[in-house]
Formats: sequence, structure tokens, C-alpha cells
Amino acid sequence: MKRTRANTHCCWILSSLLLSLFALLGHQAAASPQQKSTKEELLVLPGEAGRLGGRLVVSLRGEPKTLNPLIAVDARSRDVIGVMQADLVHINRATQLTEPALAKSWKISADGLAYTLVLRQGLKFSDGQALDADDVLFTFRVYLDESVHAPQRDLLMVGGKPIAVRKLDAHTVHFQLPKTYGVGERLFDGLAILPRHLLEKPYQDGKLGQIGSLATAGDQWAGLGPFRLKEYIAGQRLVLERNPYYWKSDAQGNRLPYLDELVFLFVPNADAQVLKFQSGETDMISQLGAENFSVLSKQQRGYTMVDAGPGLEYNFLFFNLNDLGDKTSPETGRKQKWFREVKFRQAVSAAVDREAIVRLVYQGRGAALWGLVAPGNRRWGNEKLAHPARSLERARELLKEANFSWSNGPNGESILLDSNGNPVEFSVLTSSSNADRAKMAALLQDDLKQLGMRVQVVPLEFRSLLDRVTQSKEYDACVMGIASFDADPNPDINVWLSSGGTHLWNPSQAHPATPWEAEIDRLIEEQMSARTFEQRKKLYDRAQEVLAENQPMIFLASPNILAGAKNSIGNFHPAVLEPYVLWNVEQLYLKNGTENATR
Amino acid sequence: MRARRTFAKWLVVLGVLHGIVVCAGFFAPYDPVEQDRKSPYLPPMRLHLTDVHGHLHGRPFVYSLRLPEGSFDQYEEDTTEAHAVKFFQSGARYQLLGFLPCRRHLFGAENARIYLLGTDAYGRDQFSRLLFGGQVSLFAGLLGAGLTLLIGLLIGAVAGYYGGWRDSVLMRVAELFLALPWLYLLLALRAFLPLAVSPLAAFFLIIAVIGAVGWARPARLVRGVVLSAKERDFVRAARGFGASNAYLLRRHILPETSSVLLTQAAILIPQYALAEMTLSFLGLGVPEPVASWGNLLSSLQQYSVLVSYWWVYLPALIMVPFFLGYLGLASSLQEREEAYKIHRSSLGSLT
Repeated sequence: MKRTRANTHCCWILSSLLLSLFALLGHQAAASPQQKSTKEELLVLPGEAGRLGGRLVVSLRGEPKTLNPLIAVDARSRDVIGVMQADLVHINRATQLTEPALAKSWKISADGLAYTLVLRQGLKFSDGQALDADDVLFTFRVYLDESVHAPQRDLLMVGGKPIAVRKLDAHTVHFQLPKTYGVGERLFDGLAILPRHLLEKPYQDGKLGQIGSLATAGDQWAGLGPFRLKEYIAGQRLVLERNPYYWKSDAQGNRLPYLDELVFLFVPNADAQVLKFQSGETDMISQLGAENFSVLSKQQRGYTMVDAGPGLEYNFLFFNLNDLGDKTSPETGRKQKWFREVKFRQAVSAAVDREAIVRLVYQGRGAALWGLVAPGNRRWGNEKLAHPARSLERARELLKEANFSWSNGPNGESILLDSNGNPVEFSVLTSSSNADRAKMAALLQDDLKQLGMRVQVVPLEFRSLLDRVTQSKEYDACVMGIASFDADPNPDINVWLSSGGTHLWNPSQAHPATPWEAEIDRLIEEQMSARTFEQRKKLYDRAQEVLAENQPMIFLASPNILAGAKNSIGNFHPAVLEPYVLWNVEQLYLKNGTENATR
Repeated sequence: MRARRTFAKWLVVLGVLHGIVVCAGFFAPYDPVEQDRKSPYLPPMRLHLTDVHGHLHGRPFVYSLRLPEGSFDQYEEDTTEAHAVKFFQSGARYQLLGFLPCRRHLFGAENARIYLLGTDAYGRDQFSRLLFGGQVSLFAGLLGAGLTLLIGLLIGAVAGYYGGWRDSVLMRVAELFLALPWLYLLLALRAFLPLAVSPLAAFFLIIAVIGAVGWARPARLVRGVVLSAKERDFVRAARGFGASNAYLLRRHILPETSSVLLTQAAILIPQYALAEMTLSFLGLGVPEPVASWGNLLSSLQQYSVLVSYWWVYLPALIMVPFFLGYLGLASSLQEREEAYKIHRSSLGSLT
């Protein structure tokens, strides 16, 4: 009894000692950024100045898998990592142009092969450790290391060879490209600069893939983004706090971000996001479907809904054009004979009522689509691409030219027959969790019925759908959507190239299966190493034309980017690029005299 | 006597409702899968007798609804032209009772479409879909219940009549089936089937599964009736005269189970119709665009539909008389059975 008491006493002294020590440290930590601000080269952002403090709550559809940029592939992890990390050069989501970020300036050599980037002076990671060229070197070494399997590696391989990185001095880094790379400095966007002091040891132990879970302690994780890890409650929320060392300030010299805390609530689905927003539990909402958007718009209570216009998502139908070799069943073989006929695909495209899709699926908040480049992309679309109106006559003509014929069914409906007299019947996969795409498929089904095709819509859970399309390749056709994360063609390269993993109709080919795929490969690769925008645009335009002629993907429609925020949120300017509402999170603030969301 | 009258009343109600559903093609004005893409989520139309100028019309009429520029679902009545409801209109082709090709519909209008219960997301007529959907849901109930009762009768009769190890084995199996989660069974079954199942195949699959899973309860009831029936004096007497097992079962024992079976049928049919609706609601039933009551309600899973378009609920309301009819039928059957029992026992005390 006595002993325990003595123990407690001892502990008491010790903890109070520790406490005062922490207080001291804390004080220093809080004070240090301001003290050294003369040496720090902060990036000054123009625009409306806000008010410091407060907390912003947004929802995520499910939990992010990781905070580690080296293994993050899911959209939710990328959303969270986006506000915790920073890149050397950044693409402004509003202007779609590059801006200095961690690098205050860069120089490109005359031959376009060498990039010299100069880092800002005096920057610190969110744990207070200084950033220098060694961190940049380490970052690129890790990204390029094959054994790490970082998803960023593909982007840093130019013409099959890695980019060479060299340190010139503590704040200057030299990048040597093996071949000219058309994207230029956009290359650096989204490549988070990693803290060497935290990751070097796990890297040497080969454990980089295992760290950075959401349950990581706050002091074990650091980044250069506006927020840092504070608290994670499994199944409920992730709380981030203001990074006191963040390297941006507003025009009045206030260090950004304005907000003290950023909270991500985990909710199961889109409807739950809407309900949370409606009840005031979250402050902002994005990635809204048109129907939910109009529900929220109708009963506006203290919030503003914004239609930011067409985005970069493209939805399309594609057929199974894989060469399955010996594994081809007779039935699949028979169907693939239709699918490989370019006139068949053109006929399907001509029969699609894109205007109805925009109206019925997106309630008019979207645009019909005839090519891969969505209308939200301001620079890269091919204006000369034909936008033929829906024409069943044209579709029938095309089918007739390809030796299809019609017969009458028992109810007087027409049935399309191929040259061997087999009725044309196939199934279309859609993701069961995406109501918009399921609706598109139902409209397509009815459109094609008018050509005499019997189409069955099969809703599948997204993971098993992806498995069928990319792994087992047991499907007829599929409706899918892809959202590019940059306006530049570069992120879509795996869709274009026949060797690409998202070349969905026939992925990861060893050699291009058709002459037109070979031509697209050539155009896209040339475009990648072309020097000027005009040269690249010309090649890219031609690739879009080849794609439109051959219709391996039948483009349907592109939705507008719809978002909303409470009226109390300042600087809310949704962009059409991801992350739609959090791209300027450091500038978001809570207006005076307004209460923010409560838990 | 009163029991008999309520029984007849419920039978008439159900007969009329089923008749309408069976002849859905005639009563429904349009093809249930036809999309009118200009009219998504159109609210139910009002039937008028007097027009905007106050004139009384001889027959009911509707004003067609149109969307103002820029609006998606806020319809306005176009009062420039009144469209009178015409009876026995010619319209979309259908097959009456499944084999008579026909084009005549009970009602319709010239140069306009009448949507009594509004339209869904694709502009399909909800009234027509409700009637055609009834064909799928009610027949799934009827056929499923028929299958269940057949299996239940066979197993119950064997278990009750022969007894012994057959009884114990069959009843243990029945207990197993009572505990089986049928929804998961169906999910597992769907996984084994090819990806795209035609609507007809899906329909029979549902009937087979719900029919084959539910036999345990009727089998136990039948077993009880058979157990008591086989000890009756007249059955013993017949056996004494040398009647075979098959004869005894057919002539004396199984007829005893008829009232139990009828009551069970009246309970099971709505229950199975509901099972089909549940499956279709979850997307495991008959695939779109075929109408079934579950498919009609499945769009209510979306929050935006739930709060914006009240007429999507209507199909759920109209199912009420069906279920009420069957439950009324079941309870009057039960009453009749009780009355019969009392009657018999009073007869028994007389002898």
C-alpha cells in the first residue's frame, strides 16, 4: 500500500516535469515558423483573405486505405494524401496551368532534356524537419526503385528509361530525361516529396509498403501539405490539423491554411453524403449526382450549390475485343465476330441517343460525348471531330453493309441476324453501385432494341466487373467511366496505348492487334516526345480522329462537376479537376460570426 | 353462414384483381417497357370534367403535361387542348392471355398519352408497368406456393403415414430447411449461373428457389393431420377391409389435409409474392426492363427519388388490396375449418 503511494508520487513529479518540458517544446514549435519567416521563402497566394481558425468537415465514401503515397491507388486515399503532401510544381486546378510550388522556379534546357529546379529556402516538413535537395533525391530514388512498386514509376519512365536525378546544391536539383517529354514540368504535379528522415530506414529495411496506415501516430508521419495527421477513429473519421510550417501565405502575410482542423467523415455511399450535408454535419460536398444535386438545390438551407460545368469524366461503352486464343468459346467467338466488325460498332454508336442520356441521366447537367477528351478539357479537344446526330437509318445502313439482316419476331418486333442467321444478342456489364451508369445501360438497351439487338444489362459489383474486364475477360460489352485527373493527355496514356493496362477493350497487348491501334500507339508516343504544344496537339487530334473512326470505345456522355458548400465557407471555388472542392483547401476559411459544423 | 359469405366476398375481390392482372395487356394503355423519353418522372395526370373556361365536358379528359424550358421535372399543364379519354382504343400490340394477338386497350387518348400513375425515370407508364408487373409477382406467388404445397404434401404424407425412421429423417431435414437463410441460398445459386440470365429463366429460378425452400412448414402441418387421420375409425375399417396404402392415402387421408393446404396456400401466396418483390427490389429478381412489383419499387433505393417523386410509392399502396384479399381468404378459411370441426365433434358426441 505504502509502496504504491510512493510510486504514484514519483510518477506525479515525473509527469509534471515532462509536462513542463512539453509545454516548452510546444511553445518553441509554435513560435519557430514566425521567427524564421525572414529566411523562409513563402509562396504568396493572391485572392480573398480569410479568417484564421475553425474546423471544416467533409465526407468520404468509405475509409481511405492508406496515407502512404507510395501504395495509394484508391481515390479516397488520394483525396486525403492530397491535403497532406505537396509537389515541386503544381497544376492550378482552376487555370489548368502549372505554377511554382516547392520549387520556386525551374529552367528547361534548349534541347528539352534537362530540367533544373530551385527549391524554396527554409521550408520544413510538418514535423519541423527541414526540407532540402536530399529529400527530393530520396523521393525520386524511391519512386523509381522497381522493388517498391510505386504507382508513380510509370510516369517517370520516359521511352522505357528512368529519369536521372542529380543534386547541384542544397536547394537545386537537376533532372535529366532520356528523351524529350511533351508534358514538360507538368510531370512533377502530384509527386509528393517524401520526408527522408522518416522513410529512409523503412526503405532500407524494405518495409516502405507497410507503413503509413491510418493508425500511424501523428509524430511518425509528416508531409509538406497544408494539414497533418491528428487523430483517426476507425470506421468513423480522420482528423487532420493545421500544418504550422506550411509554406504558403495570403497577400496580407498570414500563414496558410486558415483552418485549424480538417475532418474527413467516413460514410457508406453517395446518399449518406447527401444526408450528412443536408443535416449540416458536413460543410462541403462534391462528386454529386445530378439528381441529388437538384434535391439539394430545391431545399437550399444555408448552403450554396454550384454547377462548375463539364468535367473530365468520360463514360463509354466498349466491346470485348480481346484475342482469347484457344480459350475462346464458340459463343464468344461468334459474338466477337460482330464486335470486331467496325461497321457494327459504328452502327451502335449511330443508334445511341446521347442527348437522352444527358437529359435523363444527368438532368441536362452534362454533355454528349463523341471522343475521349471531355468538354471540361479546355486545350486538348479536337474541335473538328464530327458530332453526328442520332440516326437509326444510318445505323441500319451500316449493319446492312456488314451483311446483317432482319427477321420478324412473334410479337412483330424485328430481330437482327448476322450473316449466318444467328440473332444478335449480348450482355452489357455495369457497376451496380453506380446508378448513373446503370441508367445509361438501360437507355442503350432500348436504343439497340430498335436496331433489333437483344441486349441484357448485368449489374455487377465494381470489383468483380473490373476483374472480368481486365483479368478473366469473360464478358460481351461493358459501360464504364474514367475521370482523367489532369487536362494533359499524359494521364490517359494507358487508355490510348495498346500496351496499356486500361486499354480496356483489349488491355496489355504485346503487339498492337490492329493497324489502327498501331497508328494510335505511334501518334501518342510521338506526341509524348514532341516539344511544342502545337506539335503535340496536332498529333493528339489525329489520334482522336483514328479513335472516332474505329469506335473501340463508344463515347456516351460526360457529367458536370456538381458541388455545394455552406454559405459560411469562404473561398469556395469548385474546379473541374480533382480534387474538386479541396484543391484550394489552404485558402478555405470560415466566415465571421458563423458556426461551423458540430460533430 | 357468415363465414361462407365473407369467404365468397374475398374470393370475388381476388378474382377481379387477378382477372385485371391476367388481362394486363387490355387494361394497360401502353407497352410496359416503352420509354417516352420526353416525359421522365411525370406526375400522375388529373382527370378533368370541366376545362379552364368552366365548360363541362361530356366525357373525362386530360391536359397533357409539358416541361418548361430549362426544367427537368417540374411539369406544367398545357391547357390549350383537352384530350378526351376514349375507350377501346387501338394501341400497342400485346397478346391477350399470352396467345391472342390484340391491339385493343380499355382506354387511351388520341394525340396524347394518359399517365394515370405518372412515369418513371425513363418515361415508362407506371400504370401499365404495375399491371404487367403483377403478372410476374402474383404468378411467382401462385406457382411458388403451388410447388411448396406439392412438396410439403408429399413429404408430410410420407412422414406421417409411414412414420418410423422415414419420419425422423424427413422431419430433421425439414428443421434444417426451416433454419436455412434462403436469401443467401439464392445469392449462391445466382453465382453458379451464367452472367446474363434471360427474364424467363430468372423468373423460373426464383419460383424454384422460393418454392423449394419453404416446404418444411406445410410438410409438418400435413404430417400432423395425416398422423391423426390414419388412426380414425373409418381409416382403420378400410384397412381392415384390405385397402392398400395408396388407396388409403388417396381416398381417406389426403382429402383430410385439404383445408390445411388451402389455408396454407392463402398465407403462402402473398408471402411468396413478397419474396419475389424483395428479390427484384435488391436486383436479384427478374431483370430490367421487365416490370415486376419489386422492380417498380427498386428506384426508391435512391434518396433523390424517395424525396422528389411521391408517385413512385403508389405501386406499394396498390399491393395492399391483394394482400388483404389473401389474408381475408385465409382467415375465413380458418373460420370455416373451425366451424367444421365443431360441427364434426358435435356429431361425434351424438353417436
